[in-house]
This record gives sequence, structure tokens and C-alpha cells, in this order.
Amino acid sequence: MRVSCPDVKFAKMVITQYGGPDGELSASLRYLNQRYSMPFNKAKALLTDIGTEELAHMEMIAALVYKLIQGADCEDFKAAGWEGQYVQHDHGLFWTDANGVPWTAKYIAALGDPITDLTEDMAAEQKARTTYEHLIECTDDPCVKDTLRFLWEREVVHFQRFGEMLNEVNEYMGKCHIWNGHKFEKK
Amino acid sequence: MNCEKQLAMLKRIQEMEFVAVELNLYLDTHPCDEDAINDYNCAVDALCKLKKEYEEEYGPLMNFGFSYSDKPWQWIESPWPWEM
Repeated sequence: MRVSCPDVKFAKMVITQYGGPDGELSASLRYLNQRYSMPFNKAKALLTDIGTEELAHMEMIAALVYKLIQGADCEDFKAAGWEGQYVQHDHGLFWTDANGVPWTAKYIAALGDPITDLTEDMAAEQKARTTYEHLIECTDDPCVKDTLRFLWEREVVHFQRFGEMLNEVNEYMGKCHIWNGHKFEKK
Repeated sequence: MNCEKQLAMLKRIQEMEFVAVELNLYLDTHPCDEDAINDYNCAVDALCKLKKEYEEEYGPLMNFGFSYSDKPWQWIESPWPWEM
């Protein structure tokens, strides 16, 4: 993890991938939580593995934010419009989005229906992809861009894998289940 | 401290770990692709070798029973991912 030079203003933006609605904490907890109600092992494995990868991405974002504020003092935070961070957390990290809104479990859905949950996961990957695109646009630091591009690409791969799993779950539900008017039941 | 060599070795481990993660996710949805399983197993072999070389020189990459430690306790001296 490398940054060319500290940039408190950009740290304030990229913190959303730490504790924002489409950030890495939301992603990892969403998948590691939803895996329990998946209908077969393959789907459980995929959610476990992507959820675990997202935990690693969360560490990358944490390291990135920490390096972007390295050496910054009160005045630097004020100049970046992030004095609230300095007052409440100094150089400590905190789970918020780019507007300072704290992380909440409301960002995560778990409906217990594998089709619904996997569809949500695909949307989540697209939202994270878009957020990374906005962030890449907002920095000129080539090292930071590199890191964000790597994370951007992973969202694309995860979307692909979730899509494949959604197809399989759809097929499985159609083969082994019957629609009884309001829910799927085993045939 | 010869940081450059250590970082280069860590980078090779990270690269091979990335190969393993990517193949792992692919195999989760394509479990019958034998070529991919062979590639995955190659990545496992390569990773074991790289990690062994690294740990012999610089100490444990993992704690909680996955790696040995010299004396004194080496884990607290390792460069952690968030410090690299």
C-alpha cells in the first residue's frame, strides 16, 4: 500500500469504502452473514470466500486512509474540511461514509431467500464499482489510483461470480421447488 | 535491515496469493474445470515454497498456530499488511 504524499481531503472521500453503505465492511458482513441461508454448499462457499476477500480489502482501505493522513495536524484537517474527524478521532480510523454518517447494519439486507440475497449482492458489487470509479476520478495520485483500480476490478469479478451462482440457484429452485402462490416449497 | 529484499519476497507471496484467490472463486462456480484445479494446485505448491523461504529468513507470516517462532516471540516483530 503506497501513497505519493498525504492527502487529508482524499482520505475524507475514500473513508466511505471503509464505513459507507457500499464499502468493504458492509460487503464482507453482508456475504459472511448471508452464507448461512444459502441452499447448497457451492453457494455457501462462494459467499464465504468473497466475504473473506472483502475483509482483506477493508484492511487495504484502512491502511490507505491511515497513510493519507500521516503527519497531518489540526490545521491540515481544517484545511481539508475534515476537522470533525480530528476532534473526535484524531488519527484513529472510524466507520463512516464520505459525509461523516456512521456505519449502520441498515446497509445490509438478509431476506433468507437465496435469489433475493444474491441479487442484492450483485447490486452491491455494482454500487461499489461505481463508487470506486468516482474515487479514481477524484485523485491525481498514481499510487492511490493503482490501489483503487485493483479494488475496482475485484468488484467486477465478484459481480461475475455472483451472477453465475444466481443462475445456478435459479435452476436449483426451479428443479427442486414448486411455487405455491406465495413461497417456494420443496417438490 | 534489508527491507528491499523482504518486501520483494512479500510481493511475490502476495502475487501468488492473488492467483490462488482468483482461481478459488472461479472454482467455486466451475468445480469441474480440471485445468483450473491443476493451476490452483500449482499455485498452492508455489505459495508453500515461497512462504517457507520467507519464514526461514524473516519469521512467521501467520500466528494462531500456522507458523513456528524463534525466541523471543517473533510474531510481534513481523511487518503486518497494514504497515507495508
